[in-house]
Amino acid sequence: MKLLTDLDAIRTLTQSRLDNRRITGASGESITFRSVMVCGGTGCTSSDSNTIIAALEQEISSHGIESQVEVVRTGCFGLCELGPVVIVYPEGIFYSRVEVKDIPALVEQHLLNGKPYDKKIYEKTRHGEEILSFEETDFYKKQVRIALRNCGTIDPEVIDEYIASDGYKALAQVLTTMSREQVIDTVKQSGLRGRGGGGFLTGLKWEFAAKQNKQQKYVICNADEGDPGAFMDRSILEGNPHSVIEAMAIAGYAIGANQGFIYVRAEYPIAVQRFTKALDQAREYGLLGDDIFGTGFTFNIDVRLGAGAFVCGEETALIHSIEGHRGMPTPKPPFPAVEGLWGMPTIINNVETLANIAQIILNGAEWYASIGTEKSKGTKVFALGGKVVNTGLVEVPMGITLREVIFEIGGGIPGGKKFKAVQTGGPSGGCLTEEHLDCTIDFDTLTSLGSMMGSGGMIIMDEDTCMVDVARFYLDFTRDESCGKCTPCRIGTKRLLEMLDKITDGKGTMEDLENLEQLSLQIKNASLCALGQTAPNPVLSTIKYFRDEYMAHITDSKCPAGVCKSLISYEIDAELCRGCSLCARKCPSDAISGKVKEPYVIDKATCIKCGVCFDVCKFKAVAIV
Amino acid sequence: MEHQQTCSSVDIAEADEKLEKVKHAIEQFKLMKGALIPVLHEVQDIYGFLPEPVLQVVSEELNLPLSEIYGVASFYHFFSLTPKGEHVIHVCMGTACYIKGAQAVLDRLSTELKVPVQGTTEDNKFTLEATRCLGACGLAPVMTIGEKVHGRLVPNAVPKIINEYK
Amino acid sequence: MNTIKIMIDGLETEVVKGTTVLEAARDQGINIPSLCYLKGVNHSSSCRVCVVEVGPRLIASCTLIAEEGMKILTNTKKVRDARRTSVELLLSDHDRECLSCSRGGGCELQTVSNDLNIRKVTYTGEQSSREKDYTSPAILRDASKCILCGRCVGACGTVQTVGAIGFAKRGFDTVISTAFGRSLAESTCVNCGQCIMACPVGALTEHENISDVWNAIADPGKYVVVQTAPAVRVALGEEFGMPVGTRTTGKMVAALRRLGFDKVFDTNFGADLTIMEEGTELLSRLSSGQNLPLMTSCCPGWVKFMEHNFPDMLDNLSTCKSPHEMEGAVIKSYVAGKLGIDPQNIVVVSIMPCTAKKFEGAREELSHENMQDVDWVLTTRELAAMIKEAGIDFANLKDEAFDNPLGIGSGAGAIFGTTGGVAEAALRTVFELTSGKPLDTVEYTVVRGMSGIKENTIELPDGKQIRTAVVHGLGNARRLMEAMQRGEKSYDFMEVMACAGGCITGGGQPIVDAKTSEKIDIKAARAKAIYSEDEAQTIRKSHNNPFIKVLYEEFLGEPNGHLAHELLHTHYTVRSKY
Repeated sequence: MKLLTDLDAIRTLTQSRLDNRRITGASGESITFRSVMVCGGTGCTSSDSNTIIAALEQEISSHGIESQVEVVRTGCFGLCELGPVVIVYPEGIFYSRVEVKDIPALVEQHLLNGKPYDKKIYEKTRHGEEILSFEETDFYKKQVRIALRNCGTIDPEVIDEYIASDGYKALAQVLTTMSREQVIDTVKQSGLRGRGGGGFLTGLKWEFAAKQNKQQKYVICNADEGDPGAFMDRSILEGNPHSVIEAMAIAGYAIGANQGFIYVRAEYPIAVQRFTKALDQAREYGLLGDDIFGTGFTFNIDVRLGAGAFVCGEETALIHSIEGHRGMPTPKPPFPAVEGLWGMPTIINNVETLANIAQIILNGAEWYASIGTEKSKGTKVFALGGKVVNTGLVEVPMGITLREVIFEIGGGIPGGKKFKAVQTGGPSGGCLTEEHLDCTIDFDTLTSLGSMMGSGGMIIMDEDTCMVDVARFYLDFTRDESCGKCTPCRIGTKRLLEMLDKITDGKGTMEDLENLEQLSLQIKNASLCALGQTAPNPVLSTIKYFRDEYMAHITDSKCPAGVCKSLISYEIDAELCRGCSLCARKCPSDAISGKVKEPYVIDKATCIKCGVCFDVCKFKAVAIV
Repeated sequence: MEHQQTCSSVDIAEADEKLEKVKHAIEQFKLMKGALIPVLHEVQDIYGFLPEPVLQVVSEELNLPLSEIYGVASFYHFFSLTPKGEHVIHVCMGTACYIKGAQAVLDRLSTELKVPVQGTTEDNKFTLEATRCLGACGLAPVMTIGEKVHGRLVPNAVPKIINEYK
Repeated sequence: MNTIKIMIDGLETEVVKGTTVLEAARDQGINIPSLCYLKGVNHSSSCRVCVVEVGPRLIASCTLIAEEGMKILTNTKKVRDARRTSVELLLSDHDRECLSCSRGGGCELQTVSNDLNIRKVTYTGEQSSREKDYTSPAILRDASKCILCGRCVGACGTVQTVGAIGFAKRGFDTVISTAFGRSLAESTCVNCGQCIMACPVGALTEHENISDVWNAIADPGKYVVVQTAPAVRVALGEEFGMPVGTRTTGKMVAALRRLGFDKVFDTNFGADLTIMEEGTELLSRLSSGQNLPLMTSCCPGWVKFMEHNFPDMLDNLSTCKSPHEMEGAVIKSYVAGKLGIDPQNIVVVSIMPCTAKKFEGAREELSHENMQDVDWVLTTRELAAMIKEAGIDFANLKDEAFDNPLGIGSGAGAIFGTTGGVAEAALRTVFELTSGKPLDTVEYTVVRGMSGIKENTIELPDGKQIRTAVVHGLGNARRLMEAMQRGEKSYDFMEVMACAGGCITGGGQPIVDAKTSEKIDIKAARAKAIYSEDEAQTIRKSHNNPFIKVLYEEFLGEPNGHLAHELLHTHYTVRSKY
């Protein structure tokens, strides 16, 4: 078991290592030691960052410069669009889309000779001849990293590095100097609200559970990140798992629980592996288990894997899933803080929420409350995705505008296309338009506009996106993910989807549009849990802001964005067609005929609109009309 | 004939080994509250799906009605009650991927492999599945084949990728 | 008592702490509609039909516990619209062939839909599972009528711990299913029919045999004999609008004659015969000390439950056939001889409060010389349906008496219909047989009542102590069996009935809707009628039944004797636990 003094010793010992991973302004040959940080998040791992690490290590050892370079596999840097990402300190040089074949040259030029490897330098860091540090780019400049702290600067699999960056200091402070009430007060005062979607005051939740006079209580970390398009929880678990463990222990102390569970998606193997490893390390150090820091406080954490059910992000469903049942929600009240896991008081906090806790304890409630807006304090992590230049993970202070996030940090819309909408809140949220771009991002503003904060998915859509199809996409998702327990959600989402299918199929009527709205309102009112209560939001918000698109589908039988298959057809432009016959050969329904070297023709009656001809044509002769 | 017999004895030995693993996993979780889902994860890890006879063993050992186990197994989409093809293709249908054309990739896979979504090819080589967000939105649209992630896909890339696995 | 004050629709009312808003409102005469809620069985708040407005939210009142100062609105536009939408959505996914549905008129969905003035189903579309499972000889399932309220799952899983069915799949594809979607016949279903009793619609019904019986009656070559179980006569009247607990024995017999049965016998006789056989068996097991406790075998739900779940304890079951099977065997042997009719031409029909009896009737081992002891089993509900079909004015029928020789049953036979009845009947006889002299009191009130497990030690006149357990409801039975397996409990004699309260609430009895069952204690009312049936008999003990004596003298010889064994005893089959 480690005591407080042991942790201090670890800090002293490891500090120098972390100091190397800073931008110092030094350059060229004056640098004697470099840190090569390779992103080990899921995105970059998918594009082979592990092989890159191996190649780096091999090159470095073949040059015999092991003592002058460290290679660190870190958590996510955020700019997934450019992955695999490699950052070299102390210059802060940002390499993007690095490939294994780049490594020999990169090592030789940069690590051996001190000259950045030009070929893979991130374009946005070029400033004339000068190469800026990545921190000066638009993507990073406006970010404030609290929850994502350490992601990208430490090796998440080395507990000492976490400890050296003030890790477990907050737990020590809580256990040795603060009462339970003080902890809860601090969290309350900070104004931290749940980052999983609900936006409930975290401190208040803790207080409810703390007040329950029960022997057994539980802390659950909800890592069943379900919003399709959000991956901040996964990134935190992959990049800074100890911050979650520390926070769960603090929560346990505050409410009087000695057992915690993390419920994490089985689809996140890297996150599960890193978190499990972190748990082992924390146990080994005595930071979990009996008598932590000799204070008599006991706390343990077990991992439970989700099994592919979005509804299990809902608190009561998650509880039933841990209990071994179908993830079907039960009514609240009773709230989990009163009657939760196995009937015992339970708090459930989302990963990102917990990742803020240690910093709040260390820096104080006022510090945290000074960031953000009056009712939405602190920062929020967003997963930028869709039709945006900088796809990735960003952490911004509450109160920032959508425009700043999408156009400054996100770099705007690629391919010179026009911005059409931004979707926040995932399947529970709504679509906002151009006119909302200057609205601030906070819980209440987003809700008042008919969307919501949700867990932080932010999907950007351009002129090629059909908003009716987007609504249909979300309803297809919620219909598929509805647990099937309550009537409005089980049958209602199906009926909504059917009406949307009808409309995107060009068979919709005005009555359908009216029914769509009516039924949406009823499902919101009458459903048992938040999934059903918010499922119609994508429908309602698109009808509200993009009614003309619905009308175009219904009255003109047109899909303005050219997405809905039934409302488009493919044609071959005789002028552009070279008669190569590729489309005819690839067509699965034999709908294309013609003679080689003469223009081909699509028979619309047999065409199944699969789009293969459009994809394969090298001369852009196939057009959607 | 002889060959077949050897095969079957190997099969039996393998089957026994797998069942032993399951029993070991059950032992490990048995006394834990809410053991069912962790046990099902283990069974799926071992067999690639949840075979009915194995679930009967789970039913016996955990003292839970088989109908309840079936109810849980069929609720969670991560669990499969039918065997899958040699290569399981998961096409991410998260929003980011969808907006960037995942549907076209999925359609193309379906056309190329001649299987419907959630189906397995006749030669048992491929199972095609649409899946929830894989969290690799930066690489959208994304699919995984086995452990391998293929990102920034366009429909035209599909035939070549599939060929690598044939 | 701890009470709190709440406001319902602007009126202040005081309710006991812990009361649900639904109960509180109904006590105030506010008829909040509900579908999925069935007290003690299902509290899932899933149908959303009983929502009320509390603050800004709509909350299901069935599971909402009233809190001090709570303000509840039950009749606002928001509430009405939400309720109507939920019911409309249910109807959009429901096979609406109400005119030919067996639950027509008694369907809770139909009632709620009418009450809410639903005249049109706005949202239509694809219907979910339409699968029909007609494989079980006892229970039919029709998914196209299922509204997924979960009441059957509560009855089968939570209450009975049979767990043959449960929720499977999810979302719109959710179904109530057996393990791996097997047919009910291949499942662990014990046919108790409590799912039918719980079902608010026509998704679960008995496997009807009405036309089979009509055909037999219409066949001039057949001699059709009917017998009725004790619990039928105290419930049949409900199907004709009579209050719960009305005894209609005489009218029932009259109706059966009008339906065209050639002989109307009383299964109470078979019950008396069972006591003779089982009492003797008990005494012999007590003296040998083998296969104790002796477990009753009258209840076919319980027997099949044992076969699936406790196959290593089948030797503990009494080898006695159940009363109507014994009676069937006697009809096709002794009575046939008396009447001079070829038993091959006799059709025995049993009117039972039970669906499991249908399965039992079809058991191969319950036959003799290639003839089933009982040919057809009809439920109380099916009998009522036949009476209605025949146009018989049941309420105004004059009482008639059973035919002889099997028309006389003792009071002991009558109480077989309720929990504790078999034990009490057995004790009446065993006590007298061991003491050799008549008994002063016949009523063993210790085994009566509705507590789930009743344990007693009863001293016989010879000083022998019999440790008895009387159990009803299979959930209670399972708990007791498991306690026995763990060695925590041991008994000499166990009476088990699968259904809570015994046969009076069997799966073939008139279905009582959820609301009525909250108001009226059905079990108590029917049990009371059963006991008054007993009190009305001059013969209260099985061994005093004069025809029983004649039967042994003229035909069977000794209880547990050779012929008795051949005709009146059976054996059991080990069945899969899955």
